[in-house]
Amino acid sequence: MNATDRAVRVRGLRKRYGGDAAVRGIDLEIAQGEVFALLGPNGAGKTTTVEILEGYRDRDGGEVSVLGVDPRRASRAWRARIGIVLQLAADAPELTVAEMAEHFAGFYPSPRRPAEVIHLVGLTDRARSRIHTLSGGQLRRLDVALGLIGGPELLFLDEPTTGFDPAARRAFWEVIRALSGGGVTVLLTTHYLDEAAALADRVAVIRDGVIVAEGPPGALPGHRAGEAVVSWQDRGGTRRERTAEPTRLITGLAARYGGEVPGLTVTRPSLEDIYLDLIGGRQ
Amino acid sequence: MTAATSAANTNAGTASAMRGSQPPLPGAWRVGLSRGQVELKSFFRERQSVAFNFAMPAVMLVLLGTIFRGQHTGQGVTIGDLYVAGLIGGGVMATSYQNLGVSIAFERERFTLKRLRGTPMPASAYFAGKIIQVFTAATAEVAVLLAVGVAMYHLRLPASPAAWWTFAWVFVLGVAACSLLGIAASSLPRSAARNGVAVVTLPFIVLQFISGVYVPFTLVPPWLRDVASVFPLEWMCRGMRSVFVPQAVSLEPSHSWQHGQTALVLTAWIVAGLVLCLKTFRWQERTAR
Repeated sequence: MNATDRAVRVRGLRKRYGGDAAVRGIDLEIAQGEVFALLGPNGAGKTTTVEILEGYRDRDGGEVSVLGVDPRRASRAWRARIGIVLQLAADAPELTVAEMAEHFAGFYPSPRRPAEVIHLVGLTDRARSRIHTLSGGQLRRLDVALGLIGGPELLFLDEPTTGFDPAARRAFWEVIRALSGGGVTVLLTTHYLDEAAALADRVAVIRDGVIVAEGPPGALPGHRAGEAVVSWQDRGGTRRERTAEPTRLITGLAARYGGEVPGLTVTRPSLEDIYLDLIGGRQ
Repeated sequence: MTAATSAANTNAGTASAMRGSQPPLPGAWRVGLSRGQVELKSFFRERQSVAFNFAMPAVMLVLLGTIFRGQHTGQGVTIGDLYVAGLIGGGVMATSYQNLGVSIAFERERFTLKRLRGTPMPASAYFAGKIIQVFTAATAEVAVLLAVGVAMYHLRLPASPAAWWTFAWVFVLGVAACSLLGIAASSLPRSAARNGVAVVTLPFIVLQFISGVYVPFTLVPPWLRDVASVFPLEWMCRGMRSVFVPQAVSLEPSHSWQHGQTALVLTAWIVAGLVLCLKTFRWQERTAR
């Protein structure tokens, strides 16, 4: 990855709140057009890191470059190139969806068409409705629309699908994939690990202010070993065994039981299992 | 959603193709006007803000004027006349100080300010929008109060351009001073939803009692009047009396309208308010992490 391909580059990022170190030396590189997911429990330093990249928060140490600019020196021109979808923003309850989208479009030099963005997030039916009449999921989709309206090169998404029903989530994933296909870089923070697995090219897990694992969702530690968990029913109850060679184990079991193994299951660790391992592992 | 997806594709494509020659950012004036439009829509569509900031002074005028109907203070001045002038002062402060203090506290708590800060909207455009909204609401407020005054209390509007000039500068300086103090006060409540209204409104209610809004200034003890004259509201009410109840000049403590001093005090509050705003204004909550 050479310098011009990088949308985000972070070296040794540090941030303290009083005596508390929230971020203790984070390195990140996100390529242009990449969908990058940042995972971690509350208080791990996820939000602090993202807010420093968004230009909302100052840092105590480290180098940060977002679209080639240090967010400390955020200018209007730089802000026009990024889109931010905050976790919670319920404002202007008396405006309609279309009014709000048109208003925000007016902030940008080359905005996308408001009607088109509203369509993209599936709110066309509600375009003429006052914002206070929207459901939680619809409000969330409006937030996303407002993040997209400027036609950003880099989109920050903080828990974007909270409050979506499963169909709306999948539809939203398609939107993100299409944006990514069009060259937009996406930095996603999420609690939904299936979302990270479905969308992200790469995932980083933050814990206690440092990155404890990073890589494609399928190549995090745990996946790499190709380990599986085999479980079956024994006289003493359920037995579980971790193995890199499940087939050999099952062949052995089949021989021992003379055919069917009672209650046999074979599971590969999901991203969620790996994640829980990572964030709980050293506590 | 498949149609939407392909739309996303083509648009993202054009967006990246256009990146080489970005058109210029929209001008601060244009964005400011657009903010003003949105602020006005939000203000006048929200029943609560209209009732709380806008209708309240008119309701008080009708109520107080009715209670003290026909009472005179001497010198050909009715209590109703004094209430019209006083509530114009109070109404100007309600639509500027109280309105901004409460609404900006909510905007901060609900992340409206944070979201705006994350866009290329210039900060000046945000404040331009507030200025447009406040001046429009305050002008409409004065018009409503004058209409009530003329209809209920036989108020005679001044004919001389000099009186209207006095009205104009007292109004503009008063709105400016109270708006800046309102923006500064918006940072005081620790939670807009729980105590924002109380924290912002309490000092305003006290000032209204001692500055000649709810209680005719002639009935306020002199020492309390001295306290009131530290703050802008008392001078705004005095200026409004000089415009709409000029015959009351003999009731004034100094038997004069003290226009020079009025301008001076209001200007001093504008400067103080501006300094306070620059020192305290935040786009997001201090405690947010």
